[in-house]
Amino acid sequence: MTDADGFSLRSVAAGPPATPILRDVTVDIPAAGITVIVGPSGSGKSTLLRLLNRLDDPLGGEVRWHGEPLDSIAPQALRRQVATVFQRPPLFPGSVLDNFRVADPDVDADRAVHVMAHVGLDPALLNRAASALSGGEAQRMCVARALLTRPRVLLADEPTAALDLDARLAIEALARQLADEGLAVVWVSHDTEQLRRLADHVLAIVGGAVAAFGHLADLDASDDAVVRRLVGAPEPGERS
Amino acid sequence: MTVASVASAHASIGLGGLAASGLLIAVAVAISLWRRLGLERSVLWAATRALGQLLIVGWALQLVVDPDDPLIWSGLWLTFMLLFASWTTAQRAPGVPRVFVLSMVAYLMSGLVTLGVLFGFQIYEIEGRTIVPLAGIVVGNSLSATVLVSRQLLIAAHEQRDVIEGRLALGLSAADSFRPHLRQALRTALVPQVETTKAVGIVALPGAMVGLILAGVDPVDAVRVQISVMYLVLGSVATTTTVMSLGIARQLFTSAQQLRRFEPAA
Repeated sequence: MTDADGFSLRSVAAGPPATPILRDVTVDIPAAGITVIVGPSGSGKSTLLRLLNRLDDPLGGEVRWHGEPLDSIAPQALRRQVATVFQRPPLFPGSVLDNFRVADPDVDADRAVHVMAHVGLDPALLNRAASALSGGEAQRMCVARALLTRPRVLLADEPTAALDLDARLAIEALARQLADEGLAVVWVSHDTEQLRRLADHVLAIVGGAVAAFGHLADLDASDDAVVRRLVGAPEPGERS
Repeated sequence: MTVASVASAHASIGLGGLAASGLLIAVAVAISLWRRLGLERSVLWAATRALGQLLIVGWALQLVVDPDDPLIWSGLWLTFMLLFASWTTAQRAPGVPRVFVLSMVAYLMSGLVTLGVLFGFQIYEIEGRTIVPLAGIVVGNSLSATVLVSRQLLIAAHEQRDVIEGRLALGLSAADSFRPHLRQALRTALVPQVETTKAVGIVALPGAMVGLILAGVDPVDAVRVQISVMYLVLGSVATTTTVMSLGIARQLFTSAQQLRRFEPAA
């Protein structure tokens, strides 16, 4: 059975052909709320995310988006539906507005200001050089830039890893706001506290395979100690 | 009258003159000994090797410069030149995908365009004595720029991967995502040639012109030849690097608009 409303992965292997990172991943990722992908370093979290917008193709198995095999969708059309925010915000030369025009060449100042306000970025920064933004501002700008393609889902690959706590919390609040507005978010994190603040669903990847998938409460109660540790499950006596 | 006809003047250096010019090598060796540079053997080897190579080339050129000789000899020469230049490019730009074939196509297309103009407008007559040297100018002057642009593109694809994938992730095509890097690499490869062209005649007198003047040709006629050669160099460098970089840019991406992984050679 596949989940026709999101990503559906079946027996997916990915990574370098000689040393695959993902070995056998079968999971349905819903197109609603925030799904946090968690796992030890090198377990294949980012590798999985790169499959979802076809920055990479799997070595084997199949990935579907809304029931359609990804390789049957034009990559450019897919990537405008499946937007991505990276750990290190890739800044293009020029101003914030110039960066927006890479995503949407027809964007005017009104729409640019609107989308900046949407992500909590000061509209006065519109003509500021992108390279002059702080880390948190740059990441917000990248979210705003991605929103200009009117995506249906936002992939976020450890987007707060390089930010201080205030900026981290602000980006998390933005993700929650976008998810509440109907934009699905798939968020890779190695930060247990962040996972517990954000996740509607959790996908735990261990050793290139799915260790667990479900609501946070389900994983808290997992029989697998590794999964419980990954999600920072409270000890039995601490549970409310 | 074509430009080539100005080369009808003759000048010759006898064996005595050749030996006398070798005194300049002795000067270089003496300086090396005096300043203890340790370059005597290198200087002698370089001078001897240049002498040998040029004597062989001179002998071989006799096969193609005689108007009575069939153009097949010129064709063979060009083929060898093309293969050797492509091989040299592949050696100097390792890691570039399909570099041998791409550089061969680039040199070939550049030659067709630039020599097509020179011969098409009858600036030079089509004969062995013009085809081989002019093709040599096209390939010889394009080689360094072709290697440079190839390396630059590979480095950009490696070091700017996050920016390129940032554009791909926004739904841009591979060509659009790589265009700024391609433009920068082409500028890097072309600017030195443009600067050289600007400085010609002021900083240094170009070799072809000096050679013609030494051979007894009127300097104004020599300048006309030199200008055509200079424009040929600029045109061929621009054409070769453009064809090469467009070819490499295509190789860097899959049909699914994914940036392949390449490691630039050290």
